[in-house]
Amino acid sequence: MGIQYVDMTRLGDSAIIIRLGNRIDEETHTKVRALSRYLENHSFEGMVEVIPAYASVTVVYDPVRIFRTTGGSNSLEEIRYPYEEVESRLKNLLDHLQEDNVPDHRVVEIPVCYGEELGPDLKHVAGMTGWSAEEVIRIHAGTEYLVYMLGFAPGFPYLGGMDKRIAAPRKPTPRLSIPPGTVGIAGEQTGIYPIETPGGWQLIGRTPLPLFLPDKEPPTLLEAGDRIRFYPITRKEYDRWEGRG
Amino acid sequence: MTIQVRRPGLLSTLQDLGRYGYQKYGVMAGGAMDGFAHRAANRLVGNDDAEATLEMTVTGPVLYFEEPALISLCGSDLSPRIDGIPIPSWRPIYVRAGGTLQFGSAREGCRCYLAVSGGFNVPPRMNSCSTYLRAGLGGFEGRALQADDRLLLKPATSLGKRMMRRLSEQSPEAPFSAPAWRVSYEMVPDYKANPEIRVMPGGQYHWLEEAGRKAFFESEFKVLPQSDRMGYRLSGTPLYMAKPQELLSEPVAFGTVQVPPDGHPIVLMADRQTTGGYPKVAQVMTADLPLLAQASIGSRIRFRLVDLKEAQAALLRTEWNLDLLQLSIQMFFQ
Repeated sequence: MGIQYVDMTRLGDSAIIIRLGNRIDEETHTKVRALSRYLENHSFEGMVEVIPAYASVTVVYDPVRIFRTTGGSNSLEEIRYPYEEVESRLKNLLDHLQEDNVPDHRVVEIPVCYGEELGPDLKHVAGMTGWSAEEVIRIHAGTEYLVYMLGFAPGFPYLGGMDKRIAAPRKPTPRLSIPPGTVGIAGEQTGIYPIETPGGWQLIGRTPLPLFLPDKEPPTLLEAGDRIRFYPITRKEYDRWEGRG
Repeated sequence: MTIQVRRPGLLSTLQDLGRYGYQKYGVMAGGAMDGFAHRAANRLVGNDDAEATLEMTVTGPVLYFEEPALISLCGSDLSPRIDGIPIPSWRPIYVRAGGTLQFGSAREGCRCYLAVSGGFNVPPRMNSCSTYLRAGLGGFEGRALQADDRLLLKPATSLGKRMMRRLSEQSPEAPFSAPAWRVSYEMVPDYKANPEIRVMPGGQYHWLEEAGRKAFFESEFKVLPQSDRMGYRLSGTPLYMAKPQELLSEPVAFGTVQVPPDGHPIVLMADRQTTGGYPKVAQVMTADLPLLAQASIGSRIRFRLVDLKEAQAALLRTEWNLDLLQLSIQMFFQ
């Protein structure tokens, strides 16, 4: 038994990247999830955190703590260096991993108020793609998306599954500030900005749900492996959600 | 126990060892840019390494001490003075009530760390007191210091209290008192204006065309003004990839050297994003990150290739030095 991986490369002296594939697809994603969960359940002293990405799992470790728990000798010539120690532990863990423990996924429904001032580029996207604004909403909200990974900003989901029919290029000049909760399209990607940030995406709507919840555990609405669905709400419903209506 | 902020300085934020464990949620690690100076400053006042320190950048703040405190300043020399009298860095300092700490120009480096025995009394957010400016999280109300802020302090540690008693008896007329010794020069990173930074090859080092691999180690790179806590943008001989290849977004680390298509490298620093998609041509070894963190805008840096073994040995040596420092202080103030 054991899990097949493409390679194990180091990210400096404090992290190791285990690459499980070279493509963005659900099969690789499933392996990534299984391995991340397995490593989190089999953490060892000095393992700092596990970060899943599209096709890789990165293990961050504290070289000094690894050294203190395993180093032994005080001479630099004789010691077992932290990287060697972590690499051999990970190889051993990977050899014994059963591939059948993939956790269930959640489906998260996300209300979005499309168009108007909360989604100022909706008409533009409609114009560029040749669909009406209503059709763009129907296509965008009619799809199930897979959260491949979180990155870029706290709680920002890298989503797979966007319908190519509503793909629209980034804006030539990025906006200086985009409010949290804004739903956008960039090329064949769609996503939600969790915190205020500059950005060049085409903004089609906004959700009243907070994506970054620093006082909760986990601190984000979404996690890698979730499936999400958007559903349209009216401006009135949006305001009520926000506590303004 | 309060420190009043009379003037905030250019960018003064509370930082600690970083916010780890949340990168899978896209939450950056953050933390002190110069981790060595941060930790040395804490150890000099009898604190744990994880206690927050005030990271002050280029132009320091003006701080008024309402009560006596035990402090230390490590890292860049920003010409600190208390009530107009220059104070020494890299040692514990007993500040009497009513003292005003202010800074002049940066003589070397660009970031100075102020530790106070007991630490700053701010609530940890997601297990860290590091300031995450873009998310308005952690540190002092999630932001950089502003004039009229009042920084609350926790009670001094027991070692800190012993140090305060001893130092307070020394020169009672002066606004502060400090021991004659300091952290030895051999222990402290040499914060040169134009440092040599040791790196290991990155995962995509071999994607670079041969001329680029040569240029990376043989030419100088200038730190551009757009550099900040998130990343250092460098200009020099542009580095190009031998052939265009796609890299799927994957995690990056403090010190990862990325090369975007324009060929100008970016070294990712404490406030880096969690993941990146540009080729990673090199990785600064952890022990040299303080040198880079102290390189100011306009300085020229060179990269030198080392292997993992050298990087790890240097890191363990730094660790032994910090342990030695702690042991010396405990013995001195027993």
